[in-house]
Amino acid sequence: MRAISPAADAQIAGAPPLELEELPAGVGPRDSVLRGVFRTTRGRIGAGLALLVVLVAVIGPFVAPHSPTEFVGPPFAKPSSAFPLGTDTLGRDVLSRTLKGGWELLLLGLAGTAAGVLLGATIGVVAAFRGGLLDAVLMRGVDVVLAFPQLVFALLLVSVVGPKLWLVVLAVAVAHAPQVGRVIRSAALDVSERDFISSAELIALPQREIIFSEILPNLTSPLMVETGIRLTYSVIIIAGLSFLGFGLQPPEPNWAVMINENRGGLSANSWAIVAPAFLLALLTIGVNTLTDAIARVSLGVDGRRAATAVVPARPPALEVRE
Amino acid sequence: MSAEARLVVSDLRVVVTGTGADVVDEVAFSLDAGETLGLVGESGSGKTTVALALLGHARRGLTIDSGTVIADGIDLLTLRPKELQGIRGSRVAYVPQDPASALNPALKIGRQLRDVFRKDRSGSKDGDSIDARVENVLAAVRLDEAALSAYPHQLSGGQQQRAAIAMAFALRPGVIVLDEPTTGLDVTTQRHVLSTIRTLCADEGIAAIFVSHDLAVIGELADRVAVMYAGRVSEIGAIAEVFNSPKHPYTVGLLGAVPSTDRAHPLTGMEGEPPRPGERPAGCFFAPRCPFCRPHVCTDDEPPLDLIAGSHSVRCVRVGEIAPRVGAGSEGFATARAAGAAVLTVRDLRASYGAKQVVHGVDLELDDGECLAVVGESGSGKTTLARCIVGLHQRWQGELDWRGQRLVKAARQRTPESLRAVQYVFQNPYGSLNPRKPIRHIVEQPLRRFTDLSRGERGRRAVAALEATALSASFLNRYPGELSGGERQRVAIARALVIEPEVLVCDEITSSLDVSVQAAIVEMLRDLQAERRLALIIITHNLGLVRSIADRVAVMHDGRFVEQARTSQVLDSPQDGYTKRLLADLPHIATATAEPGLPPEAWLTQPGT
Repeated sequence: MRAISPAADAQIAGAPPLELEELPAGVGPRDSVLRGVFRTTRGRIGAGLALLVVLVAVIGPFVAPHSPTEFVGPPFAKPSSAFPLGTDTLGRDVLSRTLKGGWELLLLGLAGTAAGVLLGATIGVVAAFRGGLLDAVLMRGVDVVLAFPQLVFALLLVSVVGPKLWLVVLAVAVAHAPQVGRVIRSAALDVSERDFISSAELIALPQREIIFSEILPNLTSPLMVETGIRLTYSVIIIAGLSFLGFGLQPPEPNWAVMINENRGGLSANSWAIVAPAFLLALLTIGVNTLTDAIARVSLGVDGRRAATAVVPARPPALEVRE
Repeated sequence: MSAEARLVVSDLRVVVTGTGADVVDEVAFSLDAGETLGLVGESGSGKTTVALALLGHARRGLTIDSGTVIADGIDLLTLRPKELQGIRGSRVAYVPQDPASALNPALKIGRQLRDVFRKDRSGSKDGDSIDARVENVLAAVRLDEAALSAYPHQLSGGQQQRAAIAMAFALRPGVIVLDEPTTGLDVTTQRHVLSTIRTLCADEGIAAIFVSHDLAVIGELADRVAVMYAGRVSEIGAIAEVFNSPKHPYTVGLLGAVPSTDRAHPLTGMEGEPPRPGERPAGCFFAPRCPFCRPHVCTDDEPPLDLIAGSHSVRCVRVGEIAPRVGAGSEGFATARAAGAAVLTVRDLRASYGAKQVVHGVDLELDDGECLAVVGESGSGKTTLARCIVGLHQRWQGELDWRGQRLVKAARQRTPESLRAVQYVFQNPYGSLNPRKPIRHIVEQPLRRFTDLSRGERGRRAVAALEATALSASFLNRYPGELSGGERQRVAIARALVIEPEVLVCDEITSSLDVSVQAAIVEMLRDLQAERRLALIIITHNLGLVRSIADRVAVMHDGRFVEQARTSQVLDSPQDGYTKRLLADLPHIATATAEPGLPPEAWLTQPGT
């Protein structure tokens, strides 16, 4: 016998694992979601980890003890006082290369992510708001691009044109845009069906204004989440391309190339691989944790809103009963 | 407390997990077999929390802190989760508000009903087979056999609720908890479901707790009523006693806020909202909103629930000194208004959704300063009609004129003057305001679109519009999320008023609000209409509201106006069969009305102050 309704049960079992104490008091639109995020443990840890990696990448080049391309010792030397992380396959200082090998990767990742999210969000919002044929055409185009695995698609572009940095950014952007477009379209569809959009329609507000002033501000949470997820993917794609020899080129150091170059010396001096891999992992975990916190806090904000609402979002009177 | 009480609740206390702030405290009552207790209160009063606690359940984030709930002689709160599972359904059953979510959409009703009996370890009391028992319970809730082989979505809302009730009553529990079981239903369906529940409880000797925000429904069904406010029982007693001579100022306020079809009394809203858990004041929780509040007397200590007569208890220290009265009746106010020129004319409007036609040829004429109520049940096409008029629904034929100017279908193609003249207020204030924009942006939006006023002048007009809806300039920089439902709806009305429209189309604008808030909004609309000679179209399913505000009523049924006449005529001597049925099915509060002609503020009289 189900004495308690499944709805009540779902509140217990199926509800998103939101702890009450994780919901900072007073997270409203005025308190930005970001501020709320930094009040959660999850958000602080995520931001801390990501910031740590960014700091290493930004400050690293200035504090590196050696030139990253200078041959300073024998190949795969064990860590010593002169070379705290040992040397790599060509006898270069691993610490210096690690410190210097991040900023380029991060910068390209950021640029690719920004371009990809911008492109994808535009596609998604326009498709959702305009609907009809334009929606169908855009979404089928997205499906075609989605049919290629991200890395393969990027490889295809780079192998046709050749390894150019702008092309890497473009490839990353094009690889991301479809997924971002899909997510943002469904979020925008949800928003554009709300009554305040109808209200703007009723005073014939220009469509551009409806998109930018009414719809977009309500998409900040999914946009932030998408940006976070895509950022880690971007770095992974660029690292992958570089590992395969298409992205960032040697002899300039970068974490992905380092992992590739030093594969042979894993047993001799594992630090040459562990150090860059560790930083990449740290970045991924940090950004993902931060993203998770953003998603939870914005969900909490919406959840609170839903909890205070007495009636469903759509007026039930609109239902046409048989 | 009689010896054979079916349900005894004492000192029930439910708190927010972690903070320990009480949501519900000091709740105590007992119920005999066959007796029904109505649990009434506005949103946030804790009535659902109490209802769930009777099943030994607390919602996520809440903990049952102390107290006892003894149902059929078993103390539920001391049981282990596994034991509770066995008790729920067989001893204590629950009927939720939304039957659609209580029934498994993937299983046929028959299967779900049989499952109930199959899991029953006690077996049949009469040794009947499961099929026979299913048949019995189906007959008891007056459901057709055909329902057994139907999936939940194939049944109407009323049938779904009957199926859910059948499952709850199936094992003949001693106690049943009904949580707003008729809230989503039409009045006719509601009446049938209520009578089913009443008969079942009486026949089987079941003690029932009926949770509702609707005083009239409670009045129809329950023997006793407990009025809840801020997690406490503020008044409890027999229906007749509490409704006819309410003693607590909050009960009086609630009763005064309920619109009635019998008399056009000025609705008395209550300012403010109930204090939230953890933010409750010292002393009486109602004191901040109470017109009888005396410093120290009311604000120092929490008043106890005192027995004043028979079984009638009131939580008010001044109960002996004050004599609050429910709002008095008066003859309709709306009738004396002089009609002006026609501002809006609709001829033969036929609208459809896809292939399904939902409005079949509607004619209406609205004069300057007139208030027309369009009344109908859900699915009657009344909202579609409103959306056609304002330009949100575009699949219709017919003629629509505004001051002689033909209006095209899409709002986007209409002239700015006509858009400005006809404004729409949405049903749900939680969806009609952009949550990411401050109130200033929201209210000024039409001004930016239709005028080229300076920023300062826009701000002045926005403040004026907010003040017209009983808000203040302090709201300008707040966000919708910081506002209560009533305040949001006021902002939505202010947004419509800011560009001085001629016609305001209000689509069920109070249906998502508590009665006290609804009363305040209706009163405000009436004042606005008189001050500004605003023509109003009120779309509503609530016939009671109609008497309080409308000059004329159009009753809509299956996409047609079955009756259209002056308000008093429609309500007092309805001509159409459908209107008659609608009026007859409406639950009534049988209150003894106070002397007529008292001004609204006189609902409270204070001798000896």
